[in-house]
Amino acid sequence: MSIQGSLGTFLGVEMAKPKVGFFELSSCEGCQLQLLNNEATLLEFLSLLEVVYFREGMTEKSNDYDIAFVEGSITRDDEIERLKEIRHNAKIVVALGSCACFGGVNQLKNRFHDLEWVKKEVYGDYPISTRKAAPIADFIDIDLEIYGCPVKKEEVERIVSRLVLGKAVTHPQYPVCMECKANENICLFELGEPCLGPVTRAGCDSWCPSNRLGCWGCRGPAPAANFKQLKEIVKRYNIPVERLLDRLECFGGFQNIVTDMRGSGGKGENET
Amino acid sequence: MKLNCDIDIKHLTRVEGHGNIRIRIENGKVAEAQWEVVETPRFFEAMLVGKHYENAPYICGRICGICSIGHTLASIRAVENGFAITPSEQTAKLRLLLKHMETLQSHILHIYFLAAPDFLGVGSVLPLTESHPEVVQQALRLKLLANDMCDEVGGRRLHPTRTVVGGFTMLPDRYRLNQFRQRLRASLADLLASAKLFSTFDLPSFSRETEFVSLKGEGEGIYPFIGGDLVSSDGVVKAEYDYLAMTNEYMAEYSTSKLSKLSRKSMAVGALARLNNNFNELHPQAKEISEDLGLLAVNHNPYMNNVAQLVECVHVVLDSIVLIDELLSSDWQEERQPVIPQAGKGIAAVEVPRGILYHCLEFDDEGSIQRADCVIPTSQNHANIMYDIEDLARWCVAQGKNDRETELLAQMLVRAYDPCISCSVH
Ligand code: SF4
Ligand code: SF4
Ligand code: SF4
Repeated sequence: MSIQGSLGTFLGVEMAKPKVGFFELSSCEGCQLQLLNNEATLLEFLSLLEVVYFREGMTEKSNDYDIAFVEGSITRDDEIERLKEIRHNAKIVVALGSCACFGGVNQLKNRFHDLEWVKKEVYGDYPISTRKAAPIADFIDIDLEIYGCPVKKEEVERIVSRLVLGKAVTHPQYPVCMECKANENICLFELGEPCLGPVTRAGCDSWCPSNRLGCWGCRGPAPAANFKQLKEIVKRYNIPVERLLDRLECFGGFQNIVTDMRGSGGKGENET
Repeated sequence: MKLNCDIDIKHLTRVEGHGNIRIRIENGKVAEAQWEVVETPRFFEAMLVGKHYENAPYICGRICGICSIGHTLASIRAVENGFAITPSEQTAKLRLLLKHMETLQSHILHIYFLAAPDFLGVGSVLPLTESHPEVVQQALRLKLLANDMCDEVGGRRLHPTRTVVGGFTMLPDRYRLNQFRQRLRASLADLLASAKLFSTFDLPSFSRETEFVSLKGEGEGIYPFIGGDLVSSDGVVKAEYDYLAMTNEYMAEYSTSKLSKLSRKSMAVGALARLNNNFNELHPQAKEISEDLGLLAVNHNPYMNNVAQLVECVHVVLDSIVLIDELLSSDWQEERQPVIPQAGKGIAAVEVPRGILYHCLEFDDEGSIQRADCVIPTSQNHANIMYDIEDLARWCVAQGKNDRETELLAQMLVRAYDPCISCSVH
């Protein structure tokens, strides 16, 4: 991945100033908003980049960009074309947030296998078009994923700075529990609440458990996740399997394990 | 006079979500004037079916990144109303404080980043960092304060973590709350500077009479935000649970969002509607600023929504100082009360930055959601925006505006509503 652009300096190092665009498909636009939620470092951060497309924030538009940040999932046919065009224009495509990486909350509608029922529940007989919610990687090659619902701004800044400097971007392999322990939180299981910290990919600095909310797994599975152990913990603390499944199926990252658990004993919620 | 004009804006910029503006003027007559909503629906109401109640605030918050706190609080209130839970006074105050900071954050984002560039003749906030650095610094300071407080009270500035049915998972730090009190005091200077800047803006003199819908204030100084009666400027008053009588949703071919009406062909919600219906409930200092900026109830100029938002910023900052004083004057009580599900229906009306929001949830006796309905402020505004555009097109013809001016005025009109389009479709 090499980016050519006008040259600037960062901490005295000469570097390329890449042209970037921000795009949204079906989403709450919260991940983009997180980037603006950087008041303290916003101007400095923006000076690393040349923003050429950001519909939510600016009128000027250009299709000449090096890095495309795509937020949201695919939930309607016309979005596929738009996504392909973005891929065509960009050197690097970054999936920004859980909607783009896994389908996010949007994929919760997929658990009703009958999309006609879903449409009818919300719009009655009024004709409306939709499709199964899907992550963007189902339709194009992507270069990088930034997890989270929402993404963590510090992490986005770190990743973007590395991209701009041409350094490799890596994600933690260990689960949220490691960060949670380092933050010396009381374990939520001790308080009778389920938590997906043992199986979820770290990098958010145990955002939720540090606020005494169990992890809902928004960043998807950690490569080193031990699901067997999680099931044992849940059993030991007498937590209903449905509460665990609510969390596992919320953002789409744990699709396989949900299918597996629903098939083997978990009460099905998905019949309509 | 300009006789022909053809405006076709696809995916209007500097608004949240996707909408198109189409205006065609032929021989001095408006042949077409359309506000089209093309956002993709996400089907939140269906997603919730079969889910345990604790999912509702967590999932519904994701309807909108900008007003996630409002959605979260609306869902929590719907569940609590359904289960006949009354929040403790402490919880109610903390929620209102959190709500205020979302209002501040959202209004500042809109006023400075989305609306102000038009008045200052630029395409985005970016050139302002060069031409008006002090304005950008003011905006960033105010937004940072609001967001920092949302972190402190709600656990996270968007998609909050501490807000749950029954109360909070964790309480804010008292020492830091006190520090925020100082920062709130100091922020008034920035808001006054903003008011001064606003007084130099040239607001279009266009207006169109409409019906304003909002929550009803409960006496002097109690400007409404969470729950209470519903009211319209045409004299309709309904109880919170009777929300369907206020929303009357319908579909139209030019929109993937539902639309609403009440006593007239369209209605408006949002800061201007709240202010028009509750002017006397504003904090006196906020009222004074409103009067100075020429905003008196009832005002029918949609561009005035920008001013109403600024006035509300002043109100919420002053009211937050009062709330912090009250909270710090007594010891912390239990942060969370027990929740016992019961079958039935829970309805909540909450004023979010863009207007009144309704969540309705139906439960079985285990607290599992059987049906959900969310009526979003922007969807209640869509028809009003549409008729405004039609009238604005005629007004522009009468005023002899050229294409470029008409196009800009139409864009500014939609932006003035601060529409949250992805929210409206959800
Ligand atoms: S990942 Fe979450 S915060 Fe980001 S766009 Fe999707 S719903 Fe919004
Ligand atoms: S609270 Fe969650 S993340 Fe923290 S230690 Fe317990 S299981 Fe792990
Ligand atoms: S703790 Fe879990 S749910 Fe919370 S931000 Fe981190 S990964 Fe997401």
